[in-house]
Amino acid sequence: MNFFDTLVSRQDMIQTAFLEHIYLSFVAVAIGIAIALPTGILIARYRRFAEPIIAVTAIFQTIPSLALFGFLVPLLGIGSPTALIALIIYALLPILRNTYTGITGVDGSVIEAGRGMGMTRTQILRQIELPLALPFIMAGIRTATVLTVGIATLATFVGAGGLGDIIYRGLQSYNNSLVLAGALPVALLAIGFDLILKWIEKRTTPKGLKL
Amino acid sequence: MIRFEGVTKQFPDGTEALKKVSLTFPSHQLTAIIGPSGCGKTTLMKMVNKLEKPTQGEIYIDEKPITDLEEVELRRKIGYVIQRIGLFPHMTIKENASLVPKLLGWPKEKTASRIQELMELTGLDPDTYLERYPLELSGGQQQRVGVVRALAGDPNIILMDEPFSALDPISREQLQDELRNLQQTIQKTIVFVTHDMDEALKIADTIVVMRKGQVEQIGSPAEILGNPANDFVRSFIGVERIQRQRPFGDKSLSEFIGLFKTEGTGSAHEVSGSLTVKEAFEVLEQSGQTHLAIRLGESRHVYAGERELLKAALAKEEGELV
Ligand SMILES: Nc1ncnc2c1ncn2[C@@H]1O[C@H](COP(=O)(O)OP(=O)(O)OP(=O)(O)O)[C@@H](O)[C@H]1O
Ligand SMILES: [Mg+2]
Repeated sequence: MNFFDTLVSRQDMIQTAFLEHIYLSFVAVAIGIAIALPTGILIARYRRFAEPIIAVTAIFQTIPSLALFGFLVPLLGIGSPTALIALIIYALLPILRNTYTGITGVDGSVIEAGRGMGMTRTQILRQIELPLALPFIMAGIRTATVLTVGIATLATFVGAGGLGDIIYRGLQSYNNSLVLAGALPVALLAIGFDLILKWIEKRTTPKGLKL
Repeated sequence: MIRFEGVTKQFPDGTEALKKVSLTFPSHQLTAIIGPSGCGKTTLMKMVNKLEKPTQGEIYIDEKPITDLEEVELRRKIGYVIQRIGLFPHMTIKENASLVPKLLGWPKEKTASRIQELMELTGLDPDTYLERYPLELSGGQQQRVGVVRALAGDPNIILMDEPFSALDPISREQLQDELRNLQQTIQKTIVFVTHDMDEALKIADTIVVMRKGQVEQIGSPAEILGNPANDFVRSFIGVERIQRQRPFGDKSLSEFIGLFKTEGTGSAHEVSGSLTVKEAFEVLEQSGQTHLAIRLGESRHVYAGERELLKAALAKEEGELV
């Protein structure tokens, strides 16, 4: 069977897997942002905690993804929560690190000017640090998203669905067309997200910095 | 009035930036702090708005110890031009300049007209520059915006850390003159850090000479120039500049008419134009008046205060005479 016939005959299955895949990636990145962004802001303020916390997330990052899924199954059983937790763990580092470097990279004289003019810490964070760090933060989110879309193919091993299902089925049945029908959407998703987020990144770069 | 009492600052790494500094910045006057790089000028200045805290000693503003004052509130009432300019790159010039008025909750129209006025005063055309971003301005223009931003909230105390250092000599002189004129009308308490003795002599009511975290001498420009406290101050003023003063001190007032004011202010002590500059300093001091009325003809007078006499004493042969 050629590739296009496969696409047509397995359309429903592929579509479901595609949506599952987007769901997994999207939720993982969203929760990743919800955790890593505030943490990044906090460790930029209390810098003595920065090293150890970034180190911990970096260690998670070095665990091979298949192994991480493997670890989690005995603890959490199978299903999408397990897959989500693994994906969130991978999404943390890029967002955390970029938030931290983005904020700490803001020119000291600008912060001093803000303090000297009587801005509170929160005002400095909201009106100066975050706007100036935003391009970095967005770049971190973009990296995390592309990474997550790729790793989410492994969700199939914990029974959480996604395009990995299609690829895995194809591999088991030596059906290359089916493998491709799973892999190609993953690549397209990754590229698509990358482009969209790159566009947002550009949009969020403060106008005064684009000169 | 800002008063330092036995203020010592030791940084965590052991650097002692200030050693038992006691001094007063009088109200409504411009005090210049001058000294070599690293002598503690910036540190001293930052103590006033609590950006640095003393390890010992206390600072009083109008006799209230500043440890009792809430720092955010204190800073909003003190204009601050930082040494490295520090404009917010993501905000337009207008947004930069409006920041303190906004923090103070001023109505929009009041802020806008204030900024407009200050821009014009510092030689920046509001229509051209208000909507630009800092990176679209030259270094000198950015420094002017730094000054506008510091003055925007109409503070009573203004701290200026080498505010004109990035300017070319011509706009620098121009801004010095403008600051001087501005000060005459607004009468704020200004603390002005500089490296440049000519700048200090030109604009300051009082000069504080510092070295290695300590004050070497405090005095009016004339006192510093006429009576350097020690060799360090002497060498810092520049031997050349002191010598320049001598021969001209012996020239008569009538040779410097162009440097003097044509209009008098209230009570002035009348003297003859044949007085030497040096004598004029003495007469002025003894008279207790702020100005001398220098008689040139039957009913023609020019007027000179300490500042104008100083200009005469410093004037070079070329150009500056009429
Ligand atoms: N945060 C800091 N930690 C440690 N040492 C510091 C710190 N800030 C300043 N110093 C040191 O304190 C001394 C005084 O510094 P300060 O910035 O007040 O000098 P300055 O007179 O303003 O010099 P310049 O004319 O170069 O601006 C210097 O030796 C400097 O290295
Ligand atoms: Mg300095």
